[in-house]
Amino acid sequence: MPRDDVTAETRQSFTKVGTRPLRPDGVDKVTGRARFGADMAAPGMLIGKVLRSPHAHARIRSIDTSKAEALPGVKAVVTRDDFANRTDELRDILVNVMAREKALYEGHAVAAVAAVSAAVARKALRLIEVDYELLPHVIDVEEAMRPDSVLLHDDMFTAGVDPVPDQPSNVAKRCEFGHGEVEKGFAEADIVIERSFRTEASHQGYIEPHACLASVGADGQGELWCCTQGHFMVRDTCAALLGMDVSRLRVIASEIGGGFGGKTTVFIEPVALTLSRKAGRPVKLVMTRDEVFRASGPTASTSVWVRIGVTKDGRITAGEAVLKYQGGAFAGSPVEPGAMTAFACYDLENVRAIGYDVVTNRPKQAAYRAPGAPMAAFAVESVVAELADRIGMDPIEFRLKNASREGTRSAYGPTFGPIGLVETLKAAKAHPHYSAPLGNNQGRGVASGFWFNFGGQTCVSLNINIDGTVGLAVGTPDIGGSRASMCLMAAEELGIEYDRVRVIVADTSSLGFNDVTDGSRVTFASGMATIQAARDAVKKLCARAARMWDIPEDAVVWEGGYAKPAGANAGDFQPLSLRDIAAAAAKTGGPIAGHWEFNAENAGPSFATHIVDAEVDPETGRTSILRYTVVQDAGKAVHPSYVEGQFQGGAAQGIGWALNEEYIYGADGKLQNPGFLDYRMPVASDLPMIDTVIVEVPNPGHPYGVRGVGETSIVPPLAAVANAVSAAAGVRLTSLPMSPPKILAALEAEKGAQAAE
Amino acid sequence: MAGHHVSTTINGDAFEFVCEPDETLLDVLRDRLSLTGSKEGCGTGDCGACSVILDGRLVCSCLVLGAEAEGRTIATIEGMADGDRLHPLQRKFLEHAALQCGICTPGILVAAKALLEKHPDPSETEIRYWLAGNLCRCTGYDKIVRAVLDAAAEIREGRDAA
Amino acid sequence: MVQVRLSGTFKSYAGGRDAFEIEAANVRQLLDGLGEACPKLRPILDKGVAVAIDGEIYRDSWFQSLRPDSEVFILPRLAGG
Repeated sequence: MPRDDVTAETRQSFTKVGTRPLRPDGVDKVTGRARFGADMAAPGMLIGKVLRSPHAHARIRSIDTSKAEALPGVKAVVTRDDFANRTDELRDILVNVMAREKALYEGHAVAAVAAVSAAVARKALRLIEVDYELLPHVIDVEEAMRPDSVLLHDDMFTAGVDPVPDQPSNVAKRCEFGHGEVEKGFAEADIVIERSFRTEASHQGYIEPHACLASVGADGQGELWCCTQGHFMVRDTCAALLGMDVSRLRVIASEIGGGFGGKTTVFIEPVALTLSRKAGRPVKLVMTRDEVFRASGPTASTSVWVRIGVTKDGRITAGEAVLKYQGGAFAGSPVEPGAMTAFACYDLENVRAIGYDVVTNRPKQAAYRAPGAPMAAFAVESVVAELADRIGMDPIEFRLKNASREGTRSAYGPTFGPIGLVETLKAAKAHPHYSAPLGNNQGRGVASGFWFNFGGQTCVSLNINIDGTVGLAVGTPDIGGSRASMCLMAAEELGIEYDRVRVIVADTSSLGFNDVTDGSRVTFASGMATIQAARDAVKKLCARAARMWDIPEDAVVWEGGYAKPAGANAGDFQPLSLRDIAAAAAKTGGPIAGHWEFNAENAGPSFATHIVDAEVDPETGRTSILRYTVVQDAGKAVHPSYVEGQFQGGAAQGIGWALNEEYIYGADGKLQNPGFLDYRMPVASDLPMIDTVIVEVPNPGHPYGVRGVGETSIVPPLAAVANAVSAAAGVRLTSLPMSPPKILAALEAEKGAQAAE
Repeated sequence: MAGHHVSTTINGDAFEFVCEPDETLLDVLRDRLSLTGSKEGCGTGDCGACSVILDGRLVCSCLVLGAEAEGRTIATIEGMADGDRLHPLQRKFLEHAALQCGICTPGILVAAKALLEKHPDPSETEIRYWLAGNLCRCTGYDKIVRAVLDAAAEIREGRDAA
Repeated sequence: MVQVRLSGTFKSYAGGRDAFEIEAANVRQLLDGLGEACPKLRPILDKGVAVAIDGEIYRDSWFQSLRPDSEVFILPRLAGG
């Protein structure tokens, strides 16, 4: 197989990797010293606030800002007129950042002010007069697809259809994946089950609202401090929207209080910069929680139809799905990954998944942890559970019989290399949880899940300090402990102690471009770049030792943190430590540093299998999660505690999505629950301990075998919980969230059906 | 609006500030006193990231007015460590990897400290219900609960030994 | 010649055809050849795609080499969370 030149043989033994040291940024974070997005201030700073559309869909006839501008203390007001129009791929981002002809959803930014205080800024917003022409709206994905639906964009013609339709619609794109002949496959089946499923939009729910501090000087140079998953992305996007040279904008990533994909784009950052440019003063802009819900990027709501056929002995003969995802007011719902991942866990001869990307009058969706995959897995894994039950086969045995493994042609096309699904299934089956007894009204659910994992553009710099300590600069914001993993990998390569490596997330002027922290890529890609930068430094350290000994460079090897003569022939010299070589650096050629920049490929997919026990109260419809176990392939766990943390966090988010979380809209198209009280995320008393099993099937694309772990963990829980609740309630639940009223209704319907029989 | 002049004690130190009548204690701490360890996650008392202890009682500082601090005693995350000696809860949070992004951590530590001062030997369930007012979106709470249990045990042992 | 397969929306730009034989030793040659064979596809390819080679997913890294018997798929470029 073609491999990038950086991927050496997978290493087998480690002294640092796989241990659990304290994270280097830990003390800052337990003492309140760490500075997050909203924690920064600047001299002369103004406060920015955004005026948002109160309507789900409206034409903006005019905006009169004169009264706001006249208010004492107001230093700048901006509207659509302050942003140059675009027709390129940034057009949707621009229009989402500041509405142009129409307000496309409730919460869509319409104007913004910068003033000397928050109170003045709020007052100024009330003085801005917007003349709206109200338009009918559409919120539901199925309704938006109807030919007679309200249209959001009269220039949207469904892509992926040949010939291109001559009428515009709310369907941005159609996609199709699969192989074989599904009808032939279904004809071979003894049992075929088809069902329709619904999921509601959920929000990533990061506790830190979007926040930034922008400062643009009269010389056109700007600085931006913000919480983001990718400050290089923020820099490039903002520079383009403001018409600035990229070199004139420096973006510094603050500590980031959660993102989960929701901070992989811009919302307020270009607005703050525009306000600052206009006012000539620094502007701080922080979203309220209400704004986060209404105007950041929740995930898609979906409608998914699935049909799967199986023989009596448990072989799946065909799988088919039609997935409809609405992603808010702009194209780009994650239906493609939904359709690609839907059947990824299964080795299928005949499979087809068709996806529709649909727009509605809701906020533009943003990525959310394995975007698109959990909803597809919910549908497929629910039907898989039902089929296993119908043929009387253990659900894990059934999955094992049909599981994707190395050499399987994936449902989305390519053939899988070494993957760990079978290993997760076997570990789940062997886990004591799987055979533990269940009580009344209790049920057990199992589900598997898949995510691709990404690599991407990455650049790191590793500096050897005079005392032999190491400064490592990475360009990927640390969202969940990645700095600890970077230090472990650098220490492993250099053969020095973990705490002699310090790592920073460098600003955009200090490193080459780095893609955002997304796609579970950081430990994989920044980690690989760190390893390579360390190897680059080692080469230079060996060269210095060679000069100090006056022997050829290739006669020096690096072992356990020391330069040593390669053998007896090389000469008899006392090994030189990294500290010895560093101390002499000024006299042997100057500073020593290692660098690496590349486009990381071969991220290596990750699979997981989850087991969950749920109890359903038949009186109230309330579900309790009694026990939860996550089994996932990490390739190689660099810092096992933070790998477990990713497993547990994904499971908890999935439980919330399955049981409680949803965007609730009124008939007026307005969000009714834009706060944590009514958008109910799991709290500590809602959850049990979440047990974890780390499976390690090395990824041949990484020198240590690492696979990303951040996203796969949210793929199985929707289905696993639905399978457990359905088993406990004795009725199949097909609509998320499985809130108490829905469960009660399902129980009532089942009772009615039984009475009728 | 006329400002209120307020004298208060924060983490053992006397503070004086002037605030607007509608300004929250959280705004005062963060914007006027540069004590940004307390975080604003919601501003409606639902997430607990702004938890502080006011005269011995755990409160969301976003639901308290700055003016209400007059003559009272406030403890924030910034006062939790004793100089360079971390509180056992802070240490255990690091040892158990009980934080990922860290934004909820100050509030959870303040809340957990308030719990252990009242109930030195809480059960897992008691910890879960006590912390139900503090949202964490990263961890699934598992490692947080374990860290609190472990810190409680260490504090009790320390007391027994003393 | 490398056989490249299309999925997702790409097939529709190729008049429903899902496989092409292209003379290519690397990804750039493959994308150029595919764009020539199927002009409607060219702007889509230019926007950015992913290329799966023997089961590994690459972004459109031009110089990634291909063997004549490589299994090659054009896939949509995806976003992660």
